[in-house]
Amino acid sequence: MDRKKAVEVVNVAKSFGTFQALKGVSFDIYDNEFFTMLGPSGCGKTTLLRMIAGFESPTSGTIRLHGKDILSLPPHKRRVNTVFQSYALFPHMTLEQNISFGLENLGWEKERRRARTAQMLEMVHMSQFARRRPAQLSGGQRQRIALARALAPEPEVLLLDEPLSALDLKLRQAMRDELRALQRATGITFVFVTHDQEEALDMSDRICVLGHGEIQHLGTPNEIYEDPENRFVADFIGETNFFEVDVLAVNGPQATIRTPMGQTLTTFHKGAQVGSKATLSLRPEKIGMEDQADGPAQSGELMEGRITGRNYMGGYTHYTVDVAGVELRVSRRNAVSHSASFDPGRTVRLGFRHDSARVLAR
Amino acid sequence: MKPTDFRIWGLAPAWVIMALTLVVPIGIVILVSFASRGAYGGFDWGFSPASYAQILFEEDWDGNLAFTPQYLSIIGRTLWLAGLTTAICAALALPAAYTIAQAGGRAKAVLIYLVTLPFWVSMIVRVYAWIIILGNDGVLEKTLRSLGLVTDIDSLLFTNGAMLTGLVYSYIPLMILPVFASIEKLDPALIEASHDLYGSRFTTARRVILPLAMPGLMAGAILVFVPCLGAVLEPILLGGGKAMLMGNLIQTQFGGGRNWPFGAAIAVVLMVLVMIFLMVNALRARPEVPHD
Repeated sequence: MDRKKAVEVVNVAKSFGTFQALKGVSFDIYDNEFFTMLGPSGCGKTTLLRMIAGFESPTSGTIRLHGKDILSLPPHKRRVNTVFQSYALFPHMTLEQNISFGLENLGWEKERRRARTAQMLEMVHMSQFARRRPAQLSGGQRQRIALARALAPEPEVLLLDEPLSALDLKLRQAMRDELRALQRATGITFVFVTHDQEEALDMSDRICVLGHGEIQHLGTPNEIYEDPENRFVADFIGETNFFEVDVLAVNGPQATIRTPMGQTLTTFHKGAQVGSKATLSLRPEKIGMEDQADGPAQSGELMEGRITGRNYMGGYTHYTVDVAGVELRVSRRNAVSHSASFDPGRTVRLGFRHDSARVLAR
Repeated sequence: MKPTDFRIWGLAPAWVIMALTLVVPIGIVILVSFASRGAYGGFDWGFSPASYAQILFEEDWDGNLAFTPQYLSIIGRTLWLAGLTTAICAALALPAAYTIAQAGGRAKAVLIYLVTLPFWVSMIVRVYAWIIILGNDGVLEKTLRSLGLVTDIDSLLFTNGAMLTGLVYSYIPLMILPVFASIEKLDPALIEASHDLYGSRFTTARRVILPLAMPGLMAGAILVFVPCLGAVLEPILLGGGKAMLMGNLIQTQFGGGRNWPFGAAIAVVLMVLVMIFLMVNALRARPEVPHD
């Protein structure tokens, strides 16, 4: 991938009164990248996006677009475009006019405008609706037009503010694939804001997890899920079991700990210190139960536990299991139809590969 | 009782009141406009278009009809002044309404209250205040003179300008309020979208805010233009009766002129003008885009 920097966020802080929404964050977004800012509401992700667009300005720090400081530029002089959460299509204009609006303001010739508008409508499969108004469209269609309108002026960076949150589940799934395909096809840098971790994992090249006004973790979806930087990230992305553990030894990237279930194990850690307490994160799907092939058989001694709860989710069944007084969440794939299910109260044997667990600083 | 019954009987009181206070009087006015002038100031029932002819033609001593522009010019001036008032109100109301809509919760409530404040004082008192401001040796003239901006000026009062000032002043709240209502409904993201798509402030105002404020502007135009056509107070107090408007002409005919049929004819013409304006407005207004 081309590693030219598209956006540089340098030490950006933002305060609203006494509330510090962003406490000085720095990161780079590269050209041709699908970059996601992920975090719970109030983490400052939307504020950051609006700062790049120019609707808000940081209390301190700098934002550069392809090396040029853009903080002094008003929104209409920044070569970035936004797909708004509410789409913000102009209700008094046809779809064509909506898409052409930005091109007119840039002073494009009429012929060039018409060609580009037609091309964009084609791209989002909406050509036959050119003369309609936004009110005549479904949510998904509006979403497509908002995308076409924002991509038409060939922005240096496309900003997307939770654009899928207003759509229903099935449509959201389809739009994810479409968004990703569009990003690949256009080669434009996408900066995507969402609080939906699944969306982020599915689409992004890199994810920046924000929390409490700071970057908690910046990495690829795989890194963020499998090797979370801290407890916040492990907790926010996906499901996990947390245990308080004693750190017995630290050897480079590996730490040896004792679990409350009584096991001693060695696995990868982030910031663990000998003699102190740490958190062990173990994802429910990494735990095997009884007959599962990739589970107990492979490593680690088996633990005995009692099923205390069961939630059938279709593809998976989630169990809660009591192991020596510790509550464990276990997720089991229903690999064949009418998979055997464990009734609450039953005693089962559990196991997990030690290197699937992670030791995190508390 | 069927719903239709209720629709008929429930509306009955309103229908009766409307019939008695609106339809019947208008019918009388129309009938009177076709009557002829009585010898001693009254009128004699009949059907004669003479009063309407009088608007355009003057009868000389020999009974010949000659075209006269004097009443046409009053009608023309009325239309022109009402139109100008409406335009000025619209131009002033747009930025005012936009500013109010942008203001935060409490400030917004206060500003709206201030716009409606003049309604708490009698119209006559408010228009009269302009005499004190604009009159000879009035507040404005004194201020200009003490600043050394002018040494000697013609009276500001009793001019078309004074009349226009009074009309704009009287009716501008009726423009600000509906324009405010339509701008307030506007999604702020639309303005951001316009800026985001390289629209300057001017472009945004012209291509996004103005078109979306149009329903409010249209409603405001009706509320300002229609009463301006019938304005009586401002021409008398601020125009000095020199430049008559239709309202004054009607009043004069029923009063000092003692020519009720002619006054009624002018009133009918005024009514027709208002109806034409309302109809054009209604036809022009596109059905509003449905929101989901």
